[in-house]
Amino acid sequence: MINITTSDNKGTYKQPNIFGYYGNFGGAYIPEMLHRNVEELRNNYLNMMYDTAFQKEFNDLLRDYVGRPTPLYLAKRLSNLHNTNVYLKREDLNHTGAHKINNTVGQILLAQRLGKKRIIAETGAGQHGVATATVCALKGVECVVYMGEKDIERQAPNVARMKMLGAKIVPATSGSKTLKDATNEAIRAWINDPLDTHYIIGSVVGPHPYPDMVARFQSIISAEARWQLKEKTGSELPTHVVACVGGGSNAAGMFYNYLDELSVELVAVEAAGMGIKSGYSAATTQLGKPGILHGSKSLVMQTADGQVVEPHSISAGLDYPGVGPLHAHLFESGRGKFLSATDDESLRAAFELAKLEGIIPALESAHALAALHQMKFKPSDVVVVCLSGRGDKDLATYMKAMHIEE
Amino acid sequence: MNRLEALFTRKKERVLNVYCTAGYPQLNSTVRVMKALQENGADLIEVGMPYSDPLADGPVIQASGSKALENGMSIDVLFQQLKNFRKEIYVPVILMGYMNPVLQFGFEKFCQYCADAPVDGLILPDLPEHEFESEYGAIIRRYGLNFIFLVTPETSEERTKKLDSLSTGFLYAVSSSSITGSDKDFLPVEAYLDKLRKLQLKNPVLVGFGIKDKHTFDTACKHANGAIIGSAYIKALENTANLGGATKSFLDSILK
Repeated sequence: MINITTSDNKGTYKQPNIFGYYGNFGGAYIPEMLHRNVEELRNNYLNMMYDTAFQKEFNDLLRDYVGRPTPLYLAKRLSNLHNTNVYLKREDLNHTGAHKINNTVGQILLAQRLGKKRIIAETGAGQHGVATATVCALKGVECVVYMGEKDIERQAPNVARMKMLGAKIVPATSGSKTLKDATNEAIRAWINDPLDTHYIIGSVVGPHPYPDMVARFQSIISAEARWQLKEKTGSELPTHVVACVGGGSNAAGMFYNYLDELSVELVAVEAAGMGIKSGYSAATTQLGKPGILHGSKSLVMQTADGQVVEPHSISAGLDYPGVGPLHAHLFESGRGKFLSATDDESLRAAFELAKLEGIIPALESAHALAALHQMKFKPSDVVVVCLSGRGDKDLATYMKAMHIEE
Repeated sequence: MNRLEALFTRKKERVLNVYCTAGYPQLNSTVRVMKALQENGADLIEVGMPYSDPLADGPVIQASGSKALENGMSIDVLFQQLKNFRKEIYVPVILMGYMNPVLQFGFEKFCQYCADAPVDGLILPDLPEHEFESEYGAIIRRYGLNFIFLVTPETSEERTKKLDSLSTGFLYAVSSSSITGSDKDFLPVEAYLDKLRKLQLKNPVLVGFGIKDKHTFDTACKHANGAIIGSAYIKALENTANLGGATKSFLDSILK
């Protein structure tokens, strides 16, 4: 079933070539100090994760601990608003409140099989940090989470959750003190302690094999959506699939099992921040150029001199100056359609969903909902939106927005 | 034979390579710092091109890079500073940096500017050997530049030999699998270096990471052709108005 020895020079959408390239993007641009760890992972990840015992443990945990399958919900009032059929893939109902845990459950099982005693992770908004701290508690493994000093201040509830789960939080004080720098610090920590430690990257970024591995763990989202949609509509295929993209892990999972179904339009929604041309944006495919960040070649927001710039989004989970190499390839090849939603449009979409459907979405997911207003649908269309997370963590931002509206 | 190869033909022991960050401590101090290093005993000079996200550098070198970027340093500015620098600097010079700024400058244009300056070699720690072999190595060679790979105690024997065969000038042995400026114990390093020596590599070996004083330099030199000092020198330049004096007393403390 799994072809692990493809020598296809360009790779496919579902599988990079042996050097980790999707088209022109990917690879493993890492210093030699990381070679052994990354090589160990590259040589083992596919065999380990498709091993029968691994799959059983993974699927049991997803069912009994995470709460999968997550519902595919026909949002009737939202559908009426857009005069089409909108289904929400309810990743917000996962344990810890977002899709992030699909990947951390997979990687902790992999780390155990690799004999690693210690886990490190980076986090921006704290969702991936919480999902990592959670599985480390579950397995009794030491957990260290790197988080930008600025993010520690603005995401206090998630910092508290990680601490309660037993994780150690290390502030990243270099550079801009946000997700990009937390990722640098985590990679450095891995360089300093390579033998016993596994680095759980939270998105489809980083050196090969991380983008492929994380996409495969997240692909459960679209695997479920296919059979759920068949039950509800008689067909596994929608006309549109919509997901927000920062690094791009929920979009990779939501797109994965539709990548080869060319009738399905894949819509990736980036964070426009205060507007694409405002200088305060995180829409990487619009503003980035090919470059290398965190170990892979992709599109990167940078100055003319090749210094990586600090992006802006109201949503900390989309506030990243790069994008996974799979998404850069979807963008360059035209297989994916890339839209963007501003901070304000996303806030409005969050309030809209709360009032129409009684669901408070995460700010990240609200970007995907906001993009529906930019698209034209037929009444017969079937649109699946990945509701990647719930909005509890964003209440402070939402309350501030309510004050402004009052 | 370029300056780097000539150096190792002439000198096979206690070769001292000192790292400095371009544009640090002041934007226009780059060549002055190089000159001070040359006058006070550095056999070759590694000039770091600052980058916003330097994965293989420790906090001291990263902070110097951030300062240099604030000062206005870029690859463009560096090459302007290196115009005519050979009137003053005769020791071999290699540039060290990360792939992203080099790609934005244009990889071939970068190599051409290096050859014109002229500098003698390159260290790009995040250029993997597959991409080196399939794409970039040929360009580097076309412009007559040396390229130096890193090896670590975790690098297998087979891979060490391969990276040695791809390297020209010297091979950079990372003293432990750690970022620059680390405080880890130096003892296990000696065993590693002796193991490297037994492989009979084609290149001279310089040891980097954790070389910070006379003791670590002398120890490294017992087991290899020389060593590279980075963070400790950058620290010596912090808060000093007298670059020449600080460089002299730092290098004297290592060499005398």
